[in-house]
Amino acid sequence: MDRNKQHRQVALMRQSLFDQGLLDEQFVQLEELQDDANPNFVEEVVTLFYRDSARLILNIDQALDKSPLDFAKLDSYMHQFKGSASSIGAKKVKSECTLFREYCKAGNGEGCKRTFQQLKKEYALLRKKLESYFQLARQVGPVETACRRI
Amino acid sequence: MGSAAGEFLRLVLPEKEKAVVSDHSSSGLEELHVLAVDDSHVDRKVIERLLKISSCKVTAVESGTRALQFLGLDGEESSVGFDGLKINLIMTDYSMPGMTGYELLKKIKESKAFKKIPVVIMSSENILTRIDRCLEEGAEEFIVKPVKLSDVRRLRDFIMRGEENRKKGNNHKRKLQDDYGMSPPLSPAPSLALDCEISSLLLPSSSSSSSPECRPSKRPRLWVED
Repeated sequence: MDRNKQHRQVALMRQSLFDQGLLDEQFVQLEELQDDANPNFVEEVVTLFYRDSARLILNIDQALDKSPLDFAKLDSYMHQFKGSASSIGAKKVKSECTLFREYCKAGNGEGCKRTFQQLKKEYALLRKKLESYFQLARQVGPVETACRRI
Repeated sequence: MGSAAGEFLRLVLPEKEKAVVSDHSSSGLEELHVLAVDDSHVDRKVIERLLKISSCKVTAVESGTRALQFLGLDGEESSVGFDGLKINLIMTDYSMPGMTGYELLKKIKESKAFKKIPVVIMSSENILTRIDRCLEEGAEEFIVKPVKLSDVRRLRDFIMRGEENRKKGNNHKRKLQDDYGMSPPLSPAPSLALDCEISSLLLPSSSSSSSPECRPSKRPRLWVED
């Protein structure tokens, strides 16, 4: 049946997000909070994450343009970014945030800038993949999260 | 006559038990009302969902200032219209702009009206000195983010037990002592940072000579159940 094939596609897509290290267990925790009354909970949370992230990315970009760099401020922005990334299970983005904060603590401006470029790439990739995933999932209807292999 | 007296006592106790049990069942399952404080939209949404799924009523606010406003502690000390406001638990993020969760904790513990409400601190950073400081200031627990459903359930069960215990009051403590035939030892169990009222429920052998100002120990709380 076409439907089964689509279900499998969604499940495979989902699994690959974990296999590629983009998502971690926290994402599964969010999925478990979803039910018939709140079928789009995860997507809603992720949408809030995009909104917060857009604002933070703008702030960090502006802050990185200043001279000298205000590492305390940069660290504070990144702490927020890391927090929301962690809350949705965005594993790779979260680790870039951690790396950025280490460069902040070391007062390493170049390290911060380099890491931030990488972070933006990871974030864009995650966003693209999640958007495809949610779109397909919505078309297909509720998917069993029985296969929790991470 | 001793045995007759004993029998008399045995006749009385079951009734007392029944009274306690029926009180318990008639107290019903009230919905706990939790005040959640977090500056992150994402985290507010998640904690709200965690609490709702755990059958709690939630008020989620974005700052310590808003929390104090909600509680009516923002300068207006007159407790007009607070009979209706029943908060069972406050969960607050630690790192927030303006007022930190720690500062909010202090303000709550300084207020007559709300100092008995358990306050839980949430933080993405597992810093021992931070944890110690919060527990010393009277925080019930320190949870490292991201908060899980199991954390919320455990908290809810803990609070509900506290509420039931509060309703039963001293009757329950006396009952335990009667059952076990022991008087409480003089020293509290040192390694368990349980609220004194609760500890007498979970561990009848621990001290129930609790003063309301009994301080939790510096170590994070150990959860006896589960």
